[in-house]
Amino acid sequence: MCGIVGLFLKNRALEPELGRLTSQMLKTMTERGPDSAGFAVYNGAGAGQRKMTVRGLSDGNIGPFEAGFLEIIGGSGEVHKRHDHVILIYAAEYEPAVRAYVDMFDDGVAFASSGESIELYKGVGLPEHVASRFALEKMSGTHAIGHTRMATESAVTVAGAHPFSTGPDQCLVHNGSLSNHNSLRRQLVREGLRFETENDSEVAAGYLSWRLSKGEKLDQALKASLNDLDGFYTFVVGTRDGFAVLRDPVACKPAVMAETDDYVAFASEYRSFAGLPGIASAEVFEPEPQRVYHWEHAA
Amino acid sequence: MQTIDLNTTTLRELNSRLQTESAGTQWTISNPNGRHALAVGLTQPLEVAIEGHAGYYAAGMNQQASVVINGNAGQGVAENMMSGRVHVKGNASSSAGATAHGGLLVIDGDAGARCGISMKGVDIVVRGSIGHMSAFMAQSGNLVVCGDAGEALGDSLYETRIFVRGKVRSLGADCEEKEMKPEDRAIVATLLEQAGVTDCKPEDFRLYGSARTLYHFHVDNASAY
Repeated sequence: MCGIVGLFLKNRALEPELGRLTSQMLKTMTERGPDSAGFAVYNGAGAGQRKMTVRGLSDGNIGPFEAGFLEIIGGSGEVHKRHDHVILIYAAEYEPAVRAYVDMFDDGVAFASSGESIELYKGVGLPEHVASRFALEKMSGTHAIGHTRMATESAVTVAGAHPFSTGPDQCLVHNGSLSNHNSLRRQLVREGLRFETENDSEVAAGYLSWRLSKGEKLDQALKASLNDLDGFYTFVVGTRDGFAVLRDPVACKPAVMAETDDYVAFASEYRSFAGLPGIASAEVFEPEPQRVYHWEHAA
Repeated sequence: MQTIDLNTTTLRELNSRLQTESAGTQWTISNPNGRHALAVGLTQPLEVAIEGHAGYYAAGMNQQASVVINGNAGQGVAENMMSGRVHVKGNASSSAGATAHGGLLVIDGDAGARCGISMKGVDIVVRGSIGHMSAFMAQSGNLVVCGDAGEALGDSLYETRIFVRGKVRSLGADCEEKEMKPEDRAIVATLLEQAGVTDCKPEDFRLYGSARTLYHFHVDNASAY
């Protein structure tokens, strides 16, 4: 069992509330996933700039890590620390160099995500504690995706927590379990993808990133996954401009959606919606199996 | 009429009160906020109105009570109902009326996957459509669907009658269309009336039932023993 939530704001006036609302939704899903939690918040970046989320920072390694980063980018960047994660901001041209630096740094430091908008935080512990560690309730943004985990296929570690990001501004949360993830991982590794964990959901994220890198649209990539992924799943996938939802053909993992003029919300259970503004008059519905639901802001 | 506010009363208090109430009393449950297991295990002919959306297993194991949900219901609404009536004014999620032995379940909206799975005598009337694998291994009772049915309707069916007014995407193993006889039309007419459905005519429904090839012993298999 796991809990997943997503909130996509149509009304920009709600953007300062994104973190607070997502945090509420996430905490409500604690019973479905008490062992770890994570979330991705999309809140844009300056023109020509990139953001990278890196985790595993501590008082012991933040100094040398930050110094090395600033040296690579010639000093014209920013470092924002949130608990054991940092957000690096730098000009887009430095992306490969920064990624290579993070990968070689070692000392418990790990890449989490990069792109023009995404920030990705995760940790072990109750969702409430994970959310407050990173001050999620104070974050603003256009959309967010979150996950509360009850591990089934791999260990309870920060790396095994969701969301998984395997492409620029992309991330995925998953409720379910995949049975063909090992063979699919081997295929994708042959295609040049990298995986950080033994987790089945990371394979699903990698699979979608691989298809997107071939030029497919998100809805095409998700439709293809119906043929290539074997197992149980409800996925919520975030991209720079929006999010998408897909359930496997059997649809034994729960999903409910709510839409108003102001937002589209997704959750494993309706309980997560109870605190959303205007929920009493929202259109509440259960997404059908095998159908891709997709919302996007105009770029 | 008494009101129980779930913002100030725990779920356990709610259910233990309703389970010990005397017949004929009327109850309103406010602020359900999608909580699970609302108004379960009732044994007396009470009238209960849930004012909002309910979570999983609402009105499960019901006996005699009449429960109205003025909202949507999560998985397994009225699961294992024995008697009484459960009325969902919105949509119901998967496994509505699962394994229920008796009573009437009415869903004004759509029901999700596996509606009436393993039903054992309940009557279910859905004004909208139902999802895939509905009436899987259904044993007894009637499932009346005013809209469409999803894939694999009535797979491994026993003796439940399934009436569908709209399209059936596909039939499951051992489920077949049957001739609709006057007594079948009478069953549909009675259930539509009980459910308060006035805009559907019994003659517009088609009947699906068991081909009875799966659950009867086939003599060709005798050599296996």
